Amino acid sequence: MDFILDPWPWYVGGPMIALVMFLLYFYGRKFGVSSNLETICTIGGAGKYMETLNFDWKKKGWNLVFIFGTIIGGFISYQWLSLNETVAINPQTVQDLTELGFANAGQQFLPDEIFSIETMLSLKGFLILIGAGLLVGFGARYAGGCTSGHAITGLSNLELPSFIAVIGFFIGGLIMTWLILPLLF
Amino acid sequence: MKNFKFLLIGVLFGIVLSKTEVISWYRIYEMFKFQSFHMYGIIGSAVVLGIVVFYFFNQGKIKNYKGSQIAIEAKEKGFARTIIGGTIFGLGWGLIGACPGPMFILLGRGVFSIVIVIIGALLGALLYHALKKKLPH
Repeated sequence: MDFILDPWPWYVGGPMIALVMFLLYFYGRKFGVSSNLETICTIGGAGKYMETLNFDWKKKGWNLVFIFGTIIGGFISYQWLSLNETVAINPQTVQDLTELGFANAGQQFLPDEIFSIETMLSLKGFLILIGAGLLVGFGARYAGGCTSGHAITGLSNLELPSFIAVIGFFIGGLIMTWLILPLLF
Repeated sequence: MKNFKFLLIGVLFGIVLSKTEVISWYRIYEMFKFQSFHMYGIIGSAVVLGIVVFYFFNQGKIKNYKGSQIAIEAKEKGFARTIIGGTIFGLGWGLIGACPGPMFILLGRGVFSIVIVIIGALLGALLYHALKKKLPH
Protein backbone atom coordinates (compact mmCIF):
# COMPACT_ATOMS: atom_id res chain seq x y z
CA MET A 1 0.00 0.00 0.00
CA ASP A 2 2.97 2.30 0.46
CA PHE A 3 3.05 3.22 -3.21
CA ILE A 4 -0.43 4.68 -2.77
CA LEU A 5 0.13 6.25 0.64
CA ASP A 6 3.45 7.87 -0.27
CA PRO A 7 3.37 11.00 -2.46
CA TRP A 8 3.03 10.08 -6.13
CA PRO A 9 5.88 10.89 -8.53
CA TRP A 10 5.49 13.21 -11.51
CA TYR A 11 5.41 10.37 -14.02
CA VAL A 12 2.26 9.06 -12.38
CA GLY A 13 0.63 12.47 -11.95
CA GLY A 14 1.09 13.77 -15.49
CA PRO A 15 -0.36 10.70 -17.24
CA MET A 16 -3.26 10.61 -14.75
CA ILE A 17 -4.09 14.24 -15.56
CA ALA A 18 -4.01 13.34 -19.26
CA LEU A 19 -6.37 10.45 -18.44
CA VAL A 20 -8.79 12.84 -16.71
CA MET A 21 -8.72 15.09 -19.78
CA PHE A 22 -9.23 12.08 -22.06
CA LEU A 23 -12.24 10.88 -20.06
CA LEU A 24 -13.89 14.31 -20.12
CA TYR A 25 -13.54 14.55 -23.91
CA PHE A 26 -14.54 10.93 -24.36
CA TYR A 27 -17.77 11.69 -22.54
CA GLY A 28 -18.41 14.69 -24.78
CA ARG A 29 -17.25 17.47 -22.49
CA LYS A 30 -14.05 19.46 -22.03
CA PHE A 31 -11.36 20.09 -19.46
CA GLY A 32 -11.50 23.57 -17.95
CA VAL A 33 -11.96 24.39 -14.30
CA SER A 34 -12.08 28.18 -14.19
CA SER A 35 -15.29 28.52 -16.22
CA ASN A 36 -16.99 27.12 -13.12
CA LEU A 37 -16.29 30.45 -11.46
CA GLU A 38 -18.56 32.12 -14.01
CA THR A 39 -21.17 29.40 -13.67
CA ILE A 40 -21.31 29.93 -9.91
CA CYS A 41 -21.66 33.72 -10.43
CA THR A 42 -24.53 33.04 -12.82
CA ILE A 43 -26.27 30.74 -10.35
CA GLY A 44 -25.86 33.53 -7.80
CA GLY A 45 -27.88 35.81 -10.08
CA ALA A 46 -25.10 37.82 -11.77
CA GLY A 47 -26.82 37.33 -15.13
CA LYS A 48 -29.34 40.00 -14.21
CA TYR A 49 -26.59 42.60 -14.16
CA MET A 50 -24.13 41.32 -16.74
CA GLU A 51 -25.35 39.96 -20.04
CA THR A 52 -22.20 37.90 -20.59
CA LEU A 53 -23.09 35.99 -17.45
CA ASN A 54 -26.68 35.49 -18.53
CA PHE A 55 -26.56 31.91 -19.80
CA ASP A 56 -28.30 28.66 -19.05
CA TRP A 57 -26.03 27.36 -16.29
CA LYS A 58 -27.68 23.94 -16.29
CA LYS A 59 -25.77 23.11 -19.47
CA LYS A 60 -22.61 23.49 -17.43
CA GLY A 61 -23.92 21.51 -14.50
CA TRP A 62 -21.66 18.56 -15.35
CA ASN A 63 -18.61 20.75 -14.67
CA LEU A 64 -19.95 21.73 -11.25
CA VAL A 65 -20.47 18.03 -10.53
CA PHE A 66 -16.85 17.47 -11.62
CA ILE A 67 -15.67 20.19 -9.24
CA PHE A 68 -17.76 18.71 -6.45
CA GLY A 69 -15.98 15.43 -7.16
CA THR A 70 -12.59 17.10 -6.76
CA ILE A 71 -13.64 18.30 -3.30
CA ILE A 72 -14.51 14.71 -2.40
CA GLY A 73 -11.20 13.56 -3.91
CA GLY A 74 -9.32 16.03 -1.72
CA PHE A 75 -11.20 14.75 1.32
CA ILE A 76 -10.52 11.09 0.50
CA SER A 77 -6.82 11.61 -0.07
CA TYR A 78 -6.50 13.65 3.12
CA GLN A 79 -8.44 11.20 5.28
CA TRP A 80 -7.32 7.83 3.98
CA LEU A 81 -4.56 8.03 1.42
CA SER A 82 -1.79 9.95 3.18
CA LEU A 83 0.73 8.90 5.81
CA ASN A 84 1.79 12.40 6.74
CA GLU A 85 1.59 15.99 5.57
CA THR A 86 5.21 16.66 4.70
CA VAL A 87 6.22 17.82 1.23
CA ALA A 88 9.73 16.79 0.17
CA ILE A 89 10.81 20.05 -1.44
CA ASN A 90 14.38 20.90 -2.41
CA PRO A 91 16.56 21.75 0.67
CA GLN A 92 17.53 24.94 -1.16
CA THR A 93 13.83 25.88 -1.34
CA VAL A 94 13.53 25.25 2.40
CA GLN A 95 16.52 27.49 3.02
CA ASP A 96 15.17 30.25 0.75
CA LEU A 97 11.83 30.11 2.56
CA THR A 98 13.50 30.17 5.97
CA GLU A 99 15.29 33.35 4.91
CA LEU A 100 11.94 34.83 3.90
CA GLY A 101 10.60 34.04 7.36
CA PHE A 102 8.67 30.85 6.61
CA ALA A 103 9.13 28.41 9.50
CA ASN A 104 9.18 24.61 8.98
CA ALA A 105 8.91 24.79 5.18
CA GLY A 106 7.86 21.44 3.77
CA GLN A 107 7.12 19.96 7.21
CA GLN A 108 3.41 20.48 6.59
CA PHE A 109 1.27 20.59 3.46
CA LEU A 110 0.76 24.37 3.41
CA PRO A 111 2.57 27.24 5.13
CA ASP A 112 0.87 28.65 8.25
CA GLU A 113 2.25 32.04 7.21
CA ILE A 114 -0.44 32.14 4.50
CA PHE A 115 -3.11 29.57 5.35
CA SER A 116 -3.49 29.31 9.13
CA ILE A 117 -6.69 30.58 10.73
CA GLU A 118 -4.62 33.06 12.71
CA THR A 119 -3.12 34.50 9.52
CA MET A 120 -6.55 34.61 7.90
CA LEU A 121 -7.87 36.71 10.77
CA SER A 122 -5.06 39.27 10.44
CA LEU A 123 -5.54 42.17 8.04
CA LYS A 124 -2.48 41.37 5.95
CA GLY A 125 -3.28 37.66 5.85
CA PHE A 126 -6.86 38.28 4.81
CA LEU A 127 -5.82 40.72 2.08
CA ILE A 128 -3.33 38.20 0.69
CA LEU A 129 -5.98 35.46 0.54
CA ILE A 130 -8.70 37.58 -1.05
CA GLY A 131 -6.25 39.48 -3.28
CA ALA A 132 -4.67 36.32 -4.64
CA GLY A 133 -8.14 34.91 -5.30
CA LEU A 134 -9.11 38.07 -7.17
CA LEU A 135 -5.99 37.89 -9.34
CA VAL A 136 -6.52 34.22 -10.15
CA GLY A 137 -10.24 34.59 -10.92
CA PHE A 138 -9.90 37.80 -12.92
CA GLY A 139 -6.78 36.65 -14.76
CA ALA A 140 -8.14 33.23 -15.64
CA ARG A 141 -11.34 34.58 -17.14
CA TYR A 142 -9.57 37.44 -18.93
CA ALA A 143 -7.06 34.98 -20.41
CA GLY A 144 -9.89 32.58 -21.26
CA GLY A 145 -8.65 29.70 -19.14
CA CYS A 146 -6.42 28.56 -16.32
CA THR A 147 -3.89 25.77 -15.93
CA SER A 148 -6.36 23.09 -17.03
CA GLY A 149 -7.83 24.92 -20.01
CA HIS A 150 -4.70 26.63 -21.32
CA ALA A 151 -1.60 24.89 -19.93
CA ILE A 152 -2.89 21.32 -20.28
CA THR A 153 -5.68 21.35 -22.88
CA GLY A 154 -4.61 24.29 -25.03
CA LEU A 155 -0.97 23.24 -25.23
CA SER A 156 -2.04 19.67 -26.01
CA ASN A 157 -4.05 21.08 -28.90
CA LEU A 158 -1.04 23.20 -29.96
CA GLU A 159 -2.97 26.44 -29.71
CA LEU A 160 -1.15 29.75 -29.97
CA PRO A 161 -3.43 31.62 -27.50
CA SER A 162 -2.67 28.98 -24.87
CA PHE A 163 1.05 29.22 -25.52
CA ILE A 164 0.90 32.98 -24.97
CA ALA A 165 -1.28 32.54 -21.87
CA VAL A 166 1.19 30.07 -20.34
CA ILE A 167 4.03 32.52 -20.98
CA GLY A 168 1.87 35.06 -19.11
CA PHE A 169 1.32 32.58 -16.24
CA PHE A 170 5.09 32.32 -15.89
CA ILE A 171 5.77 36.04 -16.20
CA GLY A 172 3.28 36.64 -13.38
CA GLY A 173 4.45 33.72 -11.26
CA LEU A 174 8.11 34.67 -11.59
CA ILE A 175 7.44 38.34 -10.75
CA MET A 176 5.47 37.25 -7.68
CA THR A 177 7.98 34.66 -6.48
CA TRP A 178 11.19 36.57 -7.12
CA LEU A 179 10.15 40.20 -6.62
CA ILE A 180 6.90 40.58 -4.67
CA LEU A 181 6.98 37.72 -2.13
CA PRO A 182 10.27 39.03 -0.66
CA LEU A 183 8.53 42.39 -0.13
CA LEU A 184 5.44 40.81 1.43
CA PHE A 185 7.29 38.50 3.83
CA MET B 1 -27.80 10.77 -12.75
CA LYS B 2 -26.13 11.03 -16.14
CA ASN B 3 -23.62 13.34 -14.52
CA PHE B 4 -22.47 10.74 -12.00
CA LYS B 5 -19.48 9.78 -14.15
CA PHE B 6 -18.23 13.36 -13.96
CA LEU B 7 -18.36 13.13 -10.18
CA LEU B 8 -16.09 10.08 -10.34
CA ILE B 9 -13.70 11.74 -12.81
CA GLY B 10 -13.60 14.71 -10.43
CA VAL B 11 -12.80 12.43 -7.48
CA LEU B 12 -9.93 10.94 -9.49
CA PHE B 13 -8.64 14.42 -10.39
CA GLY B 14 -8.85 15.54 -6.76
CA ILE B 15 -6.93 12.50 -5.53
CA VAL B 16 -4.27 12.83 -8.26
CA LEU B 17 -3.56 16.52 -7.62
CA SER B 18 -3.56 15.88 -3.89
CA LYS B 19 -1.24 12.86 -3.98
CA THR B 20 1.20 14.51 -6.40
CA GLU B 21 1.31 17.60 -4.15
CA VAL B 22 0.40 19.87 -7.05
CA ILE B 23 -1.95 21.62 -4.62
CA SER B 24 0.80 22.33 -2.11
CA TRP B 25 1.90 25.95 -2.02
CA TYR B 26 5.48 24.76 -1.51
CA ARG B 27 5.51 22.90 -4.83
CA ILE B 28 4.41 25.99 -6.76
CA TYR B 29 6.99 28.17 -5.02
CA GLU B 30 9.65 25.56 -5.78
CA MET B 31 8.55 25.47 -9.42
CA PHE B 32 8.85 29.24 -9.86
CA LYS B 33 12.26 29.07 -8.18
CA PHE B 34 13.31 26.41 -10.74
CA GLN B 35 14.45 24.20 -7.87
CA SER B 36 12.66 21.01 -8.80
CA PHE B 37 11.64 19.07 -11.88
CA HIS B 38 8.47 17.77 -10.18
CA MET B 39 5.90 20.29 -11.49
CA TYR B 40 7.53 20.53 -14.92
CA GLY B 41 7.48 16.75 -15.16
CA ILE B 42 3.78 16.64 -14.31
CA ILE B 43 2.67 19.39 -16.67
CA GLY B 44 5.12 18.30 -19.37
CA SER B 45 4.13 14.63 -19.36
CA ALA B 46 0.42 15.54 -19.26
CA VAL B 47 0.90 17.79 -22.30
CA VAL B 48 3.00 15.27 -24.27
CA LEU B 49 0.38 12.57 -23.71
CA GLY B 50 -2.33 15.13 -24.39
CA ILE B 51 -0.80 15.93 -27.78
CA VAL B 52 -0.91 12.22 -28.65
CA VAL B 53 -4.52 11.87 -27.43
CA PHE B 54 -5.67 14.98 -29.32
CA TYR B 55 -3.90 13.74 -32.43
CA PHE B 56 -6.02 10.59 -32.31
CA PHE B 57 -9.13 12.66 -31.58
CA ASN B 58 -8.49 14.95 -34.54
CA GLN B 59 -7.69 12.01 -36.81
CA GLY B 60 -10.93 10.39 -35.77
CA LYS B 61 -9.04 7.30 -34.58
CA ILE B 62 -10.55 7.69 -31.12
CA LYS B 63 -14.26 8.48 -31.07
CA ASN B 64 -16.40 9.53 -28.16
CA TYR B 65 -18.64 7.18 -26.17
CA LYS B 66 -21.39 7.61 -28.76
CA GLY B 67 -19.02 6.70 -31.57
CA SER B 68 -18.85 10.16 -33.12
CA GLN B 69 -15.89 12.44 -33.83
CA ILE B 70 -14.53 14.41 -30.88
CA ALA B 71 -14.35 18.10 -31.70
CA ILE B 72 -12.01 20.29 -29.70
CA GLU B 73 -13.24 23.81 -29.31
CA ALA B 74 -10.50 26.28 -30.26
CA LYS B 75 -9.47 28.85 -27.68
CA GLU B 76 -10.52 32.42 -28.35
CA LYS B 77 -7.76 34.39 -29.99
CA GLY B 78 -6.32 37.67 -28.78
CA PHE B 79 -2.82 38.69 -27.75
CA ALA B 80 -3.74 41.28 -25.12
CA ARG B 81 -6.20 39.08 -23.27
CA THR B 82 -3.89 36.08 -23.08
CA ILE B 83 -0.68 37.89 -22.16
CA ILE B 84 -2.24 40.38 -19.70
CA GLY B 85 -4.81 37.96 -18.33
CA GLY B 86 -2.17 35.26 -18.11
CA THR B 87 0.23 37.51 -16.22
CA ILE B 88 -2.48 38.58 -13.75
CA PHE B 89 -3.36 34.93 -13.24
CA GLY B 90 0.31 34.07 -12.72
CA LEU B 91 0.68 36.75 -10.04
CA GLY B 92 -2.17 35.16 -8.11
CA TRP B 93 -0.92 31.63 -8.73
CA GLY B 94 2.55 32.52 -7.47
CA LEU B 95 1.12 34.19 -4.39
CA ILE B 96 -1.40 31.61 -3.24
CA GLY B 97 0.09 28.51 -4.89
CA ALA B 98 -3.29 27.32 -6.10
CA CYS B 99 -5.11 27.67 -9.38
CA PRO B 100 -8.90 27.16 -9.60
CA GLY B 101 -8.89 23.32 -9.46
CA PRO B 102 -6.60 23.05 -6.43
CA MET B 103 -8.66 25.66 -4.57
CA PHE B 104 -11.59 23.27 -4.48
CA ILE B 105 -9.42 20.24 -3.69
CA LEU B 106 -7.88 22.11 -0.75
CA LEU B 107 -11.40 22.84 0.44
CA GLY B 108 -11.95 19.07 0.51
CA ARG B 109 -8.81 18.71 2.61
CA GLY B 110 -10.41 20.96 5.18
CA VAL B 111 -8.29 24.07 4.57
CA PHE B 112 -10.72 26.67 5.86
CA SER B 113 -8.84 29.78 4.72
CA ILE B 114 -9.15 28.69 1.09
CA VAL B 115 -12.80 29.77 1.31
CA ILE B 116 -11.57 33.37 1.28
CA VAL B 117 -9.47 32.65 -1.81
CA ILE B 118 -12.46 31.06 -3.59
CA ILE B 119 -14.63 34.07 -2.73
CA GLY B 120 -11.87 36.28 -4.13
CA ALA B 121 -11.73 34.19 -7.32
CA LEU B 122 -15.51 34.47 -7.76
CA LEU B 123 -15.31 38.23 -7.27
CA GLY B 124 -12.44 38.31 -9.77
CA ALA B 125 -14.50 36.50 -12.40
CA LEU B 126 -17.38 38.87 -11.70
CA LEU B 127 -15.12 41.90 -11.96
CA TYR B 128 -13.82 40.65 -15.31
CA HIS B 129 -17.34 40.51 -16.70
CA ALA B 130 -18.13 43.94 -15.29
CA LEU B 131 -15.09 45.40 -17.08
CA LYS B 132 -15.11 43.14 -20.14
CA LYS B 133 -16.20 45.76 -22.65
CA LYS B 134 -13.53 48.21 -21.51
CA LEU B 135 -10.61 45.79 -21.59
CA PRO B 136 -8.39 45.16 -24.62
CA HIS B 137 -8.80 41.61 -25.97
